[in-house]
Amino acid sequence: MTTTTLKLNLGPQHPSTHGVLRLILELDGEKILSCEPDIGYLHRGMEKMAEQMSYIQYLPTVDRVDYLAGFFYSELLCRIVEGALCVELPEKVRVIRVMLLELNRMASHILWIGMFLMDLGATSPFFYTFREREMILRYFERISGQRMMYNYFVFGGVRRDINFLEDVEEILSILPSKLDDYEKLIEENPIFIKRVVNKGVLEKETALNYAITGVNLRASGVDYDYRKQDYLYKGFDIGKVILREKDSMARYRARILEIKESMKIVRQALDYLKKSSPLEQKLVNPINLKLPEGDYYADIEAPRGIASCFVRSTGEKEPYRLKWRTGSYYSVNLLRKLLVGEYLNDAIAIAGSLDIILPEVDK
Amino acid sequence: MNYLYFLYIEFLQKYNIPKLFGDITYYFIPFCIIAAALLVIVLALVLVERKLLGFFTQRKGPNRVGWWGLLQTLADAFKLLCKENITPDKADRFLFNLAPILVFVPMFAALGIIPYSSEFTFVNTSTNVILYLILAAFPVLSIFLAGWASNNKYSLFGAARSIAQVLSYELPMTFVILSSVVLASSMNLTGITLAQTSKFWFLGWFIFPNILGFIILFICILAELNRCPFDLPEAESELICGYNTEYSGMRFAIFYLSEYAMLFANSMFISILFLGGYLSPFGKYLFGSSFLIYFEQAFWLFLKASILVFIMIWIRATLPRLASFDLLKFSWVYLLPLSILNLFIVVMIKFAGGG
Repeated sequence: MTTTTLKLNLGPQHPSTHGVLRLILELDGEKILSCEPDIGYLHRGMEKMAEQMSYIQYLPTVDRVDYLAGFFYSELLCRIVEGALCVELPEKVRVIRVMLLELNRMASHILWIGMFLMDLGATSPFFYTFREREMILRYFERISGQRMMYNYFVFGGVRRDINFLEDVEEILSILPSKLDDYEKLIEENPIFIKRVVNKGVLEKETALNYAITGVNLRASGVDYDYRKQDYLYKGFDIGKVILREKDSMARYRARILEIKESMKIVRQALDYLKKSSPLEQKLVNPINLKLPEGDYYADIEAPRGIASCFVRSTGEKEPYRLKWRTGSYYSVNLLRKLLVGEYLNDAIAIAGSLDIILPEVDK
Repeated sequence: MNYLYFLYIEFLQKYNIPKLFGDITYYFIPFCIIAAALLVIVLALVLVERKLLGFFTQRKGPNRVGWWGLLQTLADAFKLLCKENITPDKADRFLFNLAPILVFVPMFAALGIIPYSSEFTFVNTSTNVILYLILAAFPVLSIFLAGWASNNKYSLFGAARSIAQVLSYELPMTFVILSSVVLASSMNLTGITLAQTSKFWFLGWFIFPNILGFIILFICILAELNRCPFDLPEAESELICGYNTEYSGMRFAIFYLSEYAMLFANSMFISILFLGGYLSPFGKYLFGSSFLIYFEQAFWLFLKASILVFIMIWIRATLPRLASFDLLKFSWVYLLPLSILNLFIVVMIKFAGGG
């Protein structure tokens, strides 16, 4: 009897590929022999689009690069422009941005918990995490008028002064008890432990070779957090989340711990903002804004790894070339290595644990 | 034969219709009763499951169609009836169409052999238990057929997993059922029910000497029903919909319907084996002498089954899915030895009790 391997086309229309990722799997039974990610089903030409738009026209669209962490990408573009024009940010603008970025990181990680559990077949945590995320989104809506595409950061400052701080206070008071609930429901569940412990082990060297950054890297035991050297976070006490287990469980725990650390940063920002005087900022005039000729580059620690933006300007109103570097893109590439030798149902869990968001990959 | 049968024959004799005619046509009556009850049960169960899952996840569940969402399932069923039945081009047409029928028929028959009350067992043979086991295991073959005939890779995986699953849970399940049979000294479901009568309320139920068996059987039934955490054959996040990925319209509705009907039938089966079937938990019935007693008995059986269904829905709301190899390992390493040990203990109890 001759046996052959089976080519399985996982996606792009598959419930657990988080959007439109297509994985071409070669299977022996349910065991994966090779994995070939195929991306581009959500390509919107974010980079090419920038070349036809002035900077202020492009600013509202960058939230869409990663719809779960919009603040990070508008911050990146603002950072590029501010860096090119040598604008000093007022202290209060800096703190407002840090607080919103960290709240956004929390929202993104909380959503991931639900999605990950959905991949493992548990449906309830999905709704619980949406409930908690809703609090944060509602706050974003109150201050910026939008739930996901905020367009709140502008060149040289923020669109308007921060308010409704009592909402943030409420989020910080409710969230810890909810995280404890997750711990009871999820982490102490023997089936969950069986599905994630020692599954999808990501070695330190592999992670570094595949340019993995962010939580996934820290869960593999590498101490690298860009926030430590970020000027925006100057004066903030940024906790350290490093785990040595390297498996899916470590990635899960790292995200939970990171939410807790983010809450501490938000608390610091909140204490400052409560005492601060009304906002005084000098915005960059966006009309006829031209960056001086040259190359500009900025980094930020986004929820899915380090995000970077590169702009080459020829002194025109539009950038000559704009390039995004996003964390998920590298995580997708990692699937090639990480999924080989795993079984189909573990593969879904492992791919889920890397927190891949497709709009970020395809841009 | 039973009460209903004699009523029917008596009714016919009034009009001088020969008994032979009654013997042949009698089976239409239970058929109609079961069909009607089945529809009501399934429609109610689907709604209850969705409502409960809604409450577990802090939602309202369906609440738009009818008062409290009561007509939601009817609307869904109507929608499915109106939909086009699509047969994939490369599918085996005959087997593809046969599979939903083969999943429906045994489920229907299984409902017919359950003793709903002391006089309402539509088909009562001396080895009901064996018959039930066969009928309950049959849908797995239909699932395999559906997965194979669809000619879809995801369906095929679902079918293969389903077969792997049946190998792992059928054996411990049989051993546990045997332990109940030993305790009752009967292979008839009514006999097993009656063996659980006692003077002290519900202390005669087999769950008390045989709690381990109850737990094992409950787990096995979860696996047999493809319920969470053993919903591997239709794992949504992995296999899209498993074996019924390619089915649409009425054929899909039949799969869906049989799944819920089987859920209730199996819950009743566990209730009969371990929770005293139609016996009242208070030792005596509220309507001791009138004919209402039969309805009361059916009520107790449905109540016990409903509690088990509730627990199954609760489990679904709580647990993630097992990996396929974990299920096999769990079953062969823990369930099978435990069920054999359990059977041994039960036999010892029986002998010690002078059985």
